[in-house]
Amino acid sequence: MIKAILIFNNHGKPRLSKFYEHYNEDIEQQIIRETFHLVSKRDENVCNFLEGGMLIGGSDYKLIYRHYATLYFVFCVDSSESELGILDLIQVFVETLDKCFENVCELDLIFHVDKVHNILAEMVMGGMVLETNMNEIITQVDAQNKMEKSEVRLTLPVHYFYLSVYQAGQVDTGRYCRSACSCRISCKEHEPPGNAQKHQHW
Amino acid sequence: MALKIVKGSIDRMFDKNLQDLVRGIRNHKEDEAKYISTCIDEIKQELKQDNIAVKANAVCKLTYLQMLGYDVSWAAFNIVEVMSSSKFTYKRIGYLAASQCFHESTDVIMLTTNQIRKDLSSPNQYDTGVALTGLSCFVTPDLARDLANDIMTLMSHTKPYIRKKAVLIMYKVFLKYPESLRPAFPRLKEKLEDPDPGVQSAAVNVICELARRNPKNYLSLAPLFFKLMTSSTNNWVLIKIIKLFGALTPLEPRLGKKLIEPLTNLIHSTSAMSLLYECVNTVIAVLISLSSGMPNHSASIQLCVQKLRILIEDSDQNLKYLGLLAMSKILKTHPKSVQSHKDLILQCLDDKDESIRLRALDLLYGMVSKKNLMEIVKKLMLHVDKAEGTTYRDELLTKIIDICSQSNYQYITNFEWYISILVELTRLEGTRHGHLIASQMLDVAIRVKAIRVFAVAQMATLLDNAHLLTGNVQRKGICEVLYAAAWICGEFSEHLDNPTQTLEAMLRPKVATLPGHIQAVYVQNAAKLFATILKSQEGNTDSTAAQETSQLMIDRLPLFVQSANLEVQERASCILQLVKYIQKLQQKDVEIAEEVIALFAGELNPVAPKAQKKVPVPEGLDLDAWINEPPSESESEDEQPRAIFAKEEPKHSRPRHTEVDEKELAKRREARKQEQANNPFYIKSSPSSQKVYQEAPGVEHIPVVQIDLSVPLKVPGLPMSDQYVKLEEERRQKDKAEKKKKEKKKRKEKRSGRGKRHDSGPESEEDITPAHMVDIVTEEMPENALPSDDDDKDPNDPHKALDIDLDKPLADSEKLPVRSHRAAEVLKSPAQDGDAESAVSQETKKKSSKEKREKKKDKDRDRKKSKEDKKKKKKKHKSEEKGEDLLGGQEDGPVGQSEETSEVAAQPTSTTAEVSDLDFWLSNAPVPSNTQEAATVAAAEAAPVSELASGTAPDSEPDEPKDTETEETKSSKHKKKKQKKEKEEKEKKKKKKHHHHHHHSDGGGEESVQNGTVEEEEPLPPMSNYCLLAENSYIKMMMEDADQVNDIQGNLQDGSQVVVSVIFENKCDSFLKSMEFNVLDSLNSKLQRPEGSGPHDGLTVPFQLPPGVSNEARFVFTMQSIIMPQKLKGTLTFIVKNEDSSTHEKLDFKLHFTCTSYLITTPCYSDAFAKLLESGDLKCSSVKLEGVVMPFHHLLARICFRHHFSVVERIDSCASMYSRSIQDHHVCLLVKTSGQTVSIDAKCDEPTLLGNVLDEIKQTFSQC
Repeated sequence: MIKAILIFNNHGKPRLSKFYEHYNEDIEQQIIRETFHLVSKRDENVCNFLEGGMLIGGSDYKLIYRHYATLYFVFCVDSSESELGILDLIQVFVETLDKCFENVCELDLIFHVDKVHNILAEMVMGGMVLETNMNEIITQVDAQNKMEKSEVRLTLPVHYFYLSVYQAGQVDTGRYCRSACSCRISCKEHEPPGNAQKHQHW
Repeated sequence: MALKIVKGSIDRMFDKNLQDLVRGIRNHKEDEAKYISTCIDEIKQELKQDNIAVKANAVCKLTYLQMLGYDVSWAAFNIVEVMSSSKFTYKRIGYLAASQCFHESTDVIMLTTNQIRKDLSSPNQYDTGVALTGLSCFVTPDLARDLANDIMTLMSHTKPYIRKKAVLIMYKVFLKYPESLRPAFPRLKEKLEDPDPGVQSAAVNVICELARRNPKNYLSLAPLFFKLMTSSTNNWVLIKIIKLFGALTPLEPRLGKKLIEPLTNLIHSTSAMSLLYECVNTVIAVLISLSSGMPNHSASIQLCVQKLRILIEDSDQNLKYLGLLAMSKILKTHPKSVQSHKDLILQCLDDKDESIRLRALDLLYGMVSKKNLMEIVKKLMLHVDKAEGTTYRDELLTKIIDICSQSNYQYITNFEWYISILVELTRLEGTRHGHLIASQMLDVAIRVKAIRVFAVAQMATLLDNAHLLTGNVQRKGICEVLYAAAWICGEFSEHLDNPTQTLEAMLRPKVATLPGHIQAVYVQNAAKLFATILKSQEGNTDSTAAQETSQLMIDRLPLFVQSANLEVQERASCILQLVKYIQKLQQKDVEIAEEVIALFAGELNPVAPKAQKKVPVPEGLDLDAWINEPPSESESEDEQPRAIFAKEEPKHSRPRHTEVDEKELAKRREARKQEQANNPFYIKSSPSSQKVYQEAPGVEHIPVVQIDLSVPLKVPGLPMSDQYVKLEEERRQKDKAEKKKKEKKKRKEKRSGRGKRHDSGPESEEDITPAHMVDIVTEEMPENALPSDDDDKDPNDPHKALDIDLDKPLADSEKLPVRSHRAAEVLKSPAQDGDAESAVSQETKKKSSKEKREKKKDKDRDRKKSKEDKKKKKKKHKSEEKGEDLLGGQEDGPVGQSEETSEVAAQPTSTTAEVSDLDFWLSNAPVPSNTQEAATVAAAEAAPVSELASGTAPDSEPDEPKDTETEETKSSKHKKKKQKKEKEEKEKKKKKKHHHHHHHSDGGGEESVQNGTVEEEEPLPPMSNYCLLAENSYIKMMMEDADQVNDIQGNLQDGSQVVVSVIFENKCDSFLKSMEFNVLDSLNSKLQRPEGSGPHDGLTVPFQLPPGVSNEARFVFTMQSIIMPQKLKGTLTFIVKNEDSSTHEKLDFKLHFTCTSYLITTPCYSDAFAKLLESGDLKCSSVKLEGVVMPFHHLLARICFRHHFSVVERIDSCASMYSRSIQDHHVCLLVKTSGQTVSIDAKCDEPTLLGNVLDEIKQTFSQC
């Protein structure tokens, strides 16, 4: 079982949190912080497994994480999951994000956390792995998005028009924008070539 | 319309979507909290609007804020509203929000039951999918119970997308509602062989999760999984299965034997590292389970170790880590094969990755031997010095102690070395493990008598240098060591070289800064030291020395008398008075040393940690009984004298002790007698302690003389323990030489003494004799205490509830609460029951004949014929018991089942057949080399196995000739069963009723939410929402009057859709098949037909009906206008198939769509309700009902249930209710009652619809 899936950036800002067991919000934040501290102090070329933190898990649980550019993807799993399998699952997840967002970067996750949730929902359900085939995931996600679009067209929401004007005035400046350009998550580019091959455990 | 106006005004404030919110937060870095709180205010405004798009947007933003740590549970009701939107876009937002923040104690969850059920049965697969995903996160026991059957139906959905989700969510349902496991299990098992790989993988996933917690219940699935393992190519599935086998093998070693070969093949063939790793893991598990007496598997071990070595040597840190992890598992049973890779593991200790170092440390634990312990610990000590982080260093420290102390210090040959290691460890700064070191020191000093001299000397030095340990604030943890040092010096003070100096060290003023419990030990042991000193000075002619010592005590102790710590103070003042008295006697030249010594006489023996717990409670002592009467209730809780007793052993009050049976009491009596026989004050070492301390030879070997004790402890540079390593080596050399000498002698004598062993030559493990005999005084335990350790299990583990025998046949009472079948069940009279029974037995007959046919194909045997007859007979008997459960599991009935499973089903009295199936599979079946073959072999085997099993198990199935005599017993059994069955039937009915109520409270849940004043009212009468549609001698059709199923799915069309669910029940003895459902479309309403079929074509009902079985089908209708009730004529055609003939039959029916059926139960807030009424946009109408005698809440419940309203608010005998049509008409009711008159004022924006609804309500009440 997967107990939680967390995505946060290099500064520990949460970009997605999915807990498959209930915690209240304060504890969730504590877990995210603790996990970030555990994960962020690790060097790049050490193993991707961590014995769980204090708050989440216990002896049966492991943190399995991957670091892509500015983002950490952390899965907290128990011993019924295969460690290498989960590593590959993270890879599938990121590649799927890359396909769905077309060259995914941190900004995509920042502004479209709902979409990321929807993609994740096609991969993992209630803490169990639902689908690992990337094409199948993308097909289902696309079909649902298509449905959503057709609904939106039908209802013609006034506010969308409204917003597009509103947005034009707002410019998202500052270092995030710039850093976003440099922090594209591209699994292929950022993995060292040797490593990339090795992680294809399948 | 007023709503539109409202909508317009909303738009102004509704200016942010999720992206804007995120952007806003990023632009307000400094005052983020303030910005968010204004955003939350805006969201609250948005949630008050009626526009669902606005609400959905608000909920979407809340989901984001939830991730940032804001509590959004206050919006739970709005989330439910968004979930119930008909548009997928909003529904998905709602379900996402719910999955993020709902949990078991969210009270609005109970409002969602019907909504979720509706979504689950939606014709749009993504509505269903989204509902399943959401449900998987927030399913509660109530939801699980109410929806289990719906989800089970979805497991056979036509779309694999739904199937896999439904299968996966079943695990969550099982966890929350364990009763559902057995009814659902057959279908789950069936899904293991689903054609879709995703569904198959999901089923494997679920069963693996289940089996991991309760493996023994799933052993019978082993053959099936074996087949999957040899045939599947999906690595995910393979991994899960292989992991599952890892959990199963410890229970069934024969399974392990069977697995070795295919697993070895996989190890050789696979290129996927993950799979390889899991295979190795499972092979290890197999080897562990086989560890006794299977020498020929050494090849497998070698293979595993070899593969793991490859992993560890890999440059990929992940593989290295996992390799070490798996290695540690092998270590437990085959330490020899791992020890040969010591070099590799020591290398890993130098790895830069902490996780890897920790894993390597784990391995070291098992790799030490007498020979290499010192070397390994030396290396670890080097790491301790190097380690920068305190966590890793602490880990190292505990590991060093673990390694050394394991299995009673088995590997330590030189305890002086160990003590010096411990002393060295005290130099660590900031460690948390001071107490650990202290307890080791105490343990060693107490249990190894020969080392006491040395230990005392070291401890005295420690005490002397105590300032070094306590000087720094950071060293707080380590001062615990002084506790041990003081105690050892006091207790074994006779070994001290210079007791006076130590006494002085113990009474330094600085000691007062130590923690209280340590001071207390200091004071007490100062007294012990004092006694020893007196003793040694008694003989001297000059008594001044003794008096000086007394004076020292008298001078220093007052410091402790003033201590704030009660314990210290008490001990100090007590001892001070004693010393003063002694001094007086000394001045009179009285010899008192003996008497003072007597104060501390006696020897301490170690006591096992659990001994206290295991002391049996004496007979006649009830620990739960009050000693004094409990204080009267009026006293407050705090005033009870709890605090005083709080320190008493709470374990004694465990109920475990009080629930003793007669046997236990007898046992305890026995134990008590034994105990009395022993001297209660002298704890003897138990007879099981093998090694008894022998003073003479041990002491001779101690090279104490060579140690320069004046070397101060804290000399930087040469670590002390190194000396001992060298010394030890020398000693071993000497030992060996001596032994060789002795060996010659020994050939004449017979073996005697200790530690003299025959082998010479290279120094082997056993060759090294320890320098000190460890007087490992086995820890004391009460005489009759059992070493069992079952206190460790967690009683709250949810998986405990899932420990259910799955092979037992289903009992009547176990069926899932099937909402849709309720009406039919309740109506059934006992007479009908009998009918059903006979119908069922007929059906099973057919089943067995079908089996017969299948078996004929398989084989021709002479005895087969009689066999089958017998089986048939037997089945007839069993069918009674099975009847109900066949009903429940109709769909997976006889048709699609494998031979094996039907065999299990047919022998409900015992599982012998099935168990022997497994036995047979485990013992005989050859391991197929070819995967294809494996599948066929396994399938073909199932049949003979069942034959064999029944033939060879005489007690499970008596032979034909014996039948006559057993007939009688059988029939009596039969009767009993019948009685039992009736009883169960009753229980079931009770249960059903209960469900009704429960369900009802779901429907009217708003009551309790909106209206807090609802008092406990009498239970509501049961209600059914099924009505008879049509019936003839063959079939009965029941239609559900819409509540749960109808919904607008029509976002793509202009019209709306209504889903009608119809239950078909086979009333005759024949098989019904090829059912076609057709309706004559009207202009307004049309039956939705699959694309490509003509407007008059019928719809095929997707199932067949065996006799006595009922099933439910859903049909979708498209409606243009919903303001008028509709009637549609329809026909059902079907084929009645007997064994010899088949006839076409048809049944006409009329579908009646009431206006009520277009209404959806929609929760509504009272303020929104008020706004709606104020808008002035609704047309009024009213109706009066006379002669209504039911209580008001029954009346409301009836309106809610029959007409899909929800209660907005209720004040005394007046209530407002709300509902919404599928085309978004609002319907509001104000219901008042006075006496027997009920008046209903209603408002709706569509008067015709309102009129019709009111008519229908009127009709409902006129009927009763």
